Amino acid sequence: MKPAAFTYHRASSVRDAVGLLGELGPEEPKILAGGQSLVAMMNFRMARPGHLVDITRVPGLAGIRREGDVLRIGALTTHRAVEKADLGPDFRVLSEAMRWVGHLPIRTRGTVGGSIAHADATAEWCLLAVLLDAVVVAEGPAGRREIPAGEFFLGPFTTALDPDEVIVEIVFPRPAPRAALTEYADRRGDFAVVAAGADLDTGSVVLGGVGTVPLLLRDAGTPDEIADVPDLRDEPGAPASYRRGLVRTLVARARTEAGSPRTGGDGPGVHRTTGAGAADG
Amino acid sequence: MGEPSLRGDGAWVGASVPRREDPRLLTGRGRFVDDITLPRMLHAAFVRSTEAHALLTSVDLTEVRGVSGVVAAFDAADLDLGDITALLDRPAEEFTPTSMPVLARDKVRFVGEPVAVVLATDPYAAEDGVEAALVDYEPLDPVVTEAAALAAAGPPVHEEAPGNVLVDVSLFATEGIDAIFSGAHTVVTVEARTGRQNALPLETRGVVADWDDRDEQLVVRTCTQVPHQVRTVLARCVGLDERQVRVTVPDMGGGFGQKCVVGREEIAAAAAARVLRRPVKWIEDRREALTASFLAREQHYTARAAFSAEGEILALDADVVCDMGAYSCYPFTAGIEPLMASAEMPGVYRVPAYRVRGRAVTTNKAPTAPYRGVSRPQYVMVMERLMERAARSLGIDALDVRRRNLITEFPYRGVNNITYDPGSYLESLNLCEQVLREEGWPGRTPDDGRILGIGYACFSERTGYGSGAFAQRKMQVVPGFDLSQITMDLDGTVSVTTGTLSHGQSHETTFAQIVADRLGIGYDKVKVVQGDTDRITYGWGSFASRSVTIGGSAAAAAAVKLGDQLCALAAHLADADVESAALDGRGGVRVGDRTFPFAELADVAYLRSHLLPKDVGPGLTATASFDVGGDGTFSNATHGCVVALDPGTGGVEILRYVCVEDCGVAIHPRVVEGQARGGIAQGIAGALFEQVTYDELGQPLAPSFMEYKVPTAAEIPDVRIEHLETPCAFTANGAKGAGEGGTIGAPAAVLNAVNDALRHTGVELDHTPITRSTIHSALNRTADTDRPAEALQEAR
Amino acid sequence: MTDVQLVELTVNGERHELVIPPRRTLADVLRHDLGLTGTHIGCEHGICGACTVLVDGEPARACLLFAVQVENAAIGTVESLSAPDGELSDLQRCFGEHHGLQCGFCTPGFLMLAEGFLAEEPDPTREEIREVVASNLCRCTGYETIVDAIGDCASRRRAALQGVLDTAAGTPDPTLESTP
Repeated sequence: MKPAAFTYHRASSVRDAVGLLGELGPEEPKILAGGQSLVAMMNFRMARPGHLVDITRVPGLAGIRREGDVLRIGALTTHRAVEKADLGPDFRVLSEAMRWVGHLPIRTRGTVGGSIAHADATAEWCLLAVLLDAVVVAEGPAGRREIPAGEFFLGPFTTALDPDEVIVEIVFPRPAPRAALTEYADRRGDFAVVAAGADLDTGSVVLGGVGTVPLLLRDAGTPDEIADVPDLRDEPGAPASYRRGLVRTLVARARTEAGSPRTGGDGPGVHRTTGAGAADG
Repeated sequence: MGEPSLRGDGAWVGASVPRREDPRLLTGRGRFVDDITLPRMLHAAFVRSTEAHALLTSVDLTEVRGVSGVVAAFDAADLDLGDITALLDRPAEEFTPTSMPVLARDKVRFVGEPVAVVLATDPYAAEDGVEAALVDYEPLDPVVTEAAALAAAGPPVHEEAPGNVLVDVSLFATEGIDAIFSGAHTVVTVEARTGRQNALPLETRGVVADWDDRDEQLVVRTCTQVPHQVRTVLARCVGLDERQVRVTVPDMGGGFGQKCVVGREEIAAAAAARVLRRPVKWIEDRREALTASFLAREQHYTARAAFSAEGEILALDADVVCDMGAYSCYPFTAGIEPLMASAEMPGVYRVPAYRVRGRAVTTNKAPTAPYRGVSRPQYVMVMERLMERAARSLGIDALDVRRRNLITEFPYRGVNNITYDPGSYLESLNLCEQVLREEGWPGRTPDDGRILGIGYACFSERTGYGSGAFAQRKMQVVPGFDLSQITMDLDGTVSVTTGTLSHGQSHETTFAQIVADRLGIGYDKVKVVQGDTDRITYGWGSFASRSVTIGGSAAAAAAVKLGDQLCALAAHLADADVESAALDGRGGVRVGDRTFPFAELADVAYLRSHLLPKDVGPGLTATASFDVGGDGTFSNATHGCVVALDPGTGGVEILRYVCVEDCGVAIHPRVVEGQARGGIAQGIAGALFEQVTYDELGQPLAPSFMEYKVPTAAEIPDVRIEHLETPCAFTANGAKGAGEGGTIGAPAAVLNAVNDALRHTGVELDHTPITRSTIHSALNRTADTDRPAEALQEAR
Repeated sequence: MTDVQLVELTVNGERHELVIPPRRTLADVLRHDLGLTGTHIGCEHGICGACTVLVDGEPARACLLFAVQVENAAIGTVESLSAPDGELSDLQRCFGEHHGLQCGFCTPGFLMLAEGFLAEEPDPTREEIREVVASNLCRCTGYETIVDAIGDCASRRRAALQGVLDTAAGTPDPTLESTP
C-alpha cells in the first residue's frame, strides 16, 4: 500500500495553484489540501495523480470570518478548527456537526474545502453546504466564481468544479440557529449509513447515504413522507427498507436536535479566526 | 513504574508486578520485524491472483524486471519450492490431503493468492513492479459458499477432493440416540451461521530473511507463534537441513492464531534471499492482511437437543460445516475447526447422548487458521441458544435450565470421552447473575425508548492440551509438551528458555515470576529466552492457551532441578547431607547455619570447578520438560451482557458486561484480566461488527478497515471481572489457561442479550454478526412488514 | 521536476535534511529514513492510528501525510516522550501501571494521541477520553485500561499543577513527589 510516483508542487498562492493545474492539465494533477481521503486512496493506488499541487501553504485560505449574516469558511480550515470555534448560536450547527467527522487525528488535518471537493455523498460538509444553501467559491484562470452547493455535487466524487479551479471558500449566507445534522453508523467515526440534516427555519431537510449526492428536500414533510425516497441505495447489510427506517428516525432526531436549546452555543456573536497554527498552513 | 513487590505471602506468583516488556514498548524501542533493517536489504511484494478460481495460463514478469528499482522477480517455476502439506492420520474417507504451493502453480484458488514475488530496493518500487506483471487466467466457476462447495456442481477447488470436502468425521454417535429424540418431551433446534473473521493482529505478518555465509544459515526473523514449525517447513520447501535454518522472533504485535500457522510469503521471501544472497524483507500490508492472509470462524451449525419436561438435556445432535477456504493450514490442517467443535461441543453441560458430524469444506476464499477460541465461540453460542430455546419452549427460566444441566461433580467424564478437571461452573453462573442483579439491571427500562436485554453464556475452555489430547485429533505432527533449559550465570542470575512464545501475553514477566519463586530470587533476575530455534531445543510455540500451563510448568520444573543442584553443591561445600540444604528464599542456599549465596556457588561451578564433587560436572544448568498426560485442564467462566436496542436505528449498545472467570491460580492477575478484556472485545467484534464478505465471483468485499469494522473504544464496554479460583491439580502453581476465554463467551452472551431484548417481537436471531438491519426489522416488523419471524432470521 | 526532492524535517526538535521521492509518507520517512521505528504502521489508510504522531502539537496520521508536506511543522514521535536516560514520562508510566498495553504495537499511536489530546484538554471527562481513544485501534486490551491510563495521567497532571500553584501560594505540596 505505497502510492504510485507523482511530482510534487507546492503552490505559493491560489493563482499559482490555478496556473499549475492549467499547465499540468493533461497529466491529471490533483490538489492536496488535507489529504485525509486522497492520500488513503493513493496508498491503495485507487487514485494515482501524476502531479500533486499542495495548497496547504497558501496564505489566507484558512480561517472563519463572520460578516453580518454571512459566515465565510476558508477552504483550508480544518474540521477541528471549526469544531473548536465558537460560532455562536447562529452557526453552532457547523461546530456540532464536526463530531461526526472521522476522529480527532483526521479532524486535525482534513479540511472543509478538501471535503467539499472530494464530494462523498455522506460527507458532513457536503450535506451541511446543501442544507444551508452555501455557496462554493472557486478560483480559476478567469477569476473567482460562486457555485451554489445545490448545483455543485453532480454525482459520486463528481463536482461542478473545472479541472483548473481551486475552492477558496465556502460561504454560508444566513444564520441557521435551528439546524442540526445527525447520523447513524454501526461504528463511531465511520461514514454514515444514513445522515440527515434539518433546518427548521427553512423547512429543508438533507439526506446522505440514500443516493449518490446529498439529497435536499425543501419544504420537507413528515419523516414518513420524507422516507418515501425513490431509488434508495440498496446494499447487503443496509437494504433499502432499512435505510428508509433510518431516514424516518434520523429526520425526526435531527429536527428535535435542531429545535432544542443547546449549551455552549450562546457565546458572543464575534467569531474567532483560526490562526495558521490550527489550520493546515 | 514502581519497584517490584512481592505478594503478601512472599511469592512473585499472584502479584501484578510491573511488566518486564513495558519500558521498551512504551518508549518506541521495541523491535518488531519491520523495525529490522539490514545492509543491502531488498523489499518483497507479491503479484496476487485477481481471480478466485482459474487456471494459470501464463505469468510474464519481463516488464516487472524492467521497472526502476526492481532487482528480481520470481514465479513458482523460478523458485521451484516444495509445497506446504499438513496431514492428519485419518483414513481417506475422513481426510483428503491437499497441498499449498508457496507460489501458485497451474491454478489459483482465491483472490489474493501469491503468484509471483517481486524484489526491489524499496517497497514503493516493489509495488510498481507488481503492477507491471502480466498474468493470464482461464477462469473457472468459483466455489464461494459452503452450499456451493457441498453441491459440487462445478470444477472442484482441489482435484483431490471432487466433493470439496477435506475433512468429514463423525467422532461420536451414542447408541440409541434417535430413540431418545423421538421419546423426548421437547426437542429444540438451532441453525446458526457465524461470519468469516480475521484474527487481525494489529501488526501484520512479515519477515526479514538473509543468508548468513559465516553460519551457513538462512536466518529468518519473522513474527510467528510457531518458530520451530516455520523452520521445518522452510527447510523442506527450500531443500535445506534444519540446522541451516534459524528462525527468530522479534517483538510481535499480536497473533491470536493467525500467526500459528506457516504462511507462504515468509517462505518465498526467505527463498528469494537465499537465491539473491541479499537480505529480503516482506511486510504484509493491510489490504493483503484483510484479503489474503489466514481467516477463520465461518461455520454452519444444524443442532438439535432433546430435553425432559424438567429441562434436563437428554441428547445433542449436531452437524457442523466449516468453510476452511482454499487451503489446509500447516500444521493443523483444515480439520482444526470441525475437530475442535466435534470433540468439545457438549461443553459445560451433562449431555448423556451425543452425535456429531463435522466437515471441513474447501472454497475459493482465503484460507483459514486457528483463531482465538477455535470453534468454541461458535459451539458455545449454539449450546447457549439451545438452552434459551429449551427454556422458552418449556416455560422455565433460562438460567434454571442451565443450572439443571451444568456439570457440578468433578472429575467428570463426558460423553465426548473427555475428563473435566474441577471447575466452578455453577458458582460462576450464580455469581454473574448476582452481580447483574445487585447492579439493578433486571427489570430496568431506559427512558429513551431503547429496549434492554440481558444475556448469559456459560462455558469452559480446555487449556493445556498435552500430546495425548492432540493425538486424539490424529494430527500427523502432535504438539503438546514443552521443554525448558535454565542456566545460572556467575552472578547468580538465570536465563530460562521456553518453547512458547509471548506476543502480548507477558511471558517475559509471568515466566520470570514462576521461576523466581522456585529459586527465591527477584523476578528481575530471570531472563526469559524465547523465539529462537538456535537457542531453544524444540518448542511448539504459543497457541491453545498452552503457554503458562505447559510452558510455565516446564520452566518451573527446570528451575526446581537447578535448585536441587544448588542445594547439592552447597551441601558438598559444607560437607553436609544434601537433606540439610535448602534454598533460603533470598538468592542463596542455607545449610545448617551457613548460607551460600548463589553467586558463590556459581563461582565454584564455573571458576573453581576443581572443588566440585567427582560426579558433578561444571556449570549450573538444568533441562526439564512438561506434558499433560490426561485431557488438559479446563478454565471456565460465565459472561453476562446487558444491551440496549434502538428501535429507530437497530443500533446496539452494550451497557454492561460482567465476566466471572476461573483460570485456577492467576500468575499475574492484571495480565489475566487483560486477556479477558481483550478476548471479550474480540468476541463482541464477531457478534456485532466484523465480517469478511465476498461477492458471487469470490471477490473480497472488505479489503480495508472501512468495510472490515474493527470495533473501537466507543463500541467496546468496560468489563467488570470477578475471579473464582479452582486450582489445577497438575500444572505448576495450579494455573489454567487464560488466553481465549473472553473470546469464547462473548458472542453467545451478546446474542442472547439481543434476543432477550427482542423477546416481545417473537423474533429469535441465531446468526452472527448480528446486523442492525435485522434488529431494526425485527423491532419494526408490525409497522414494516408482516413477514414471518423465520424469514427475518435469515435477513442478513 | 525530479524524482527526488530535498526535504527538511524537524522531528522531536532535531532538524534533518533528506533527499527523498515525494511519494514517501511521513510514516515511512520517520521509520526508515530517520530510524525512529517507534511510530508503527498498521493500515496505511488512516483508520488504525498506530502511526499517530504530533504535527505542530496536534495528533495526526503519519500514513496520510507525505513527508514533503510537513517541512515547516514540528513533528513529535513517541521517542520524544521519555527522558534521554530512558526514564518514562507520566503518561508512559500510567499506561504501564494500568496495563494499557499488551503486545505494544498500537501503544506509540495511543500515547501520541493522548499526549496531543491532554495538552489541549487537561480536564477531560471519561466519556471524552473514550471518544478520543476511539480514534485508534487496539486488538489486545479491549481499550478500558487505555482509557483508565489516560484519565489517571490527566488527574496526576492536574494535581501536579495544583501543587505548583499551591507552592507558589506558599502552601505545602503533597503531590509534587509523584510528578514527573
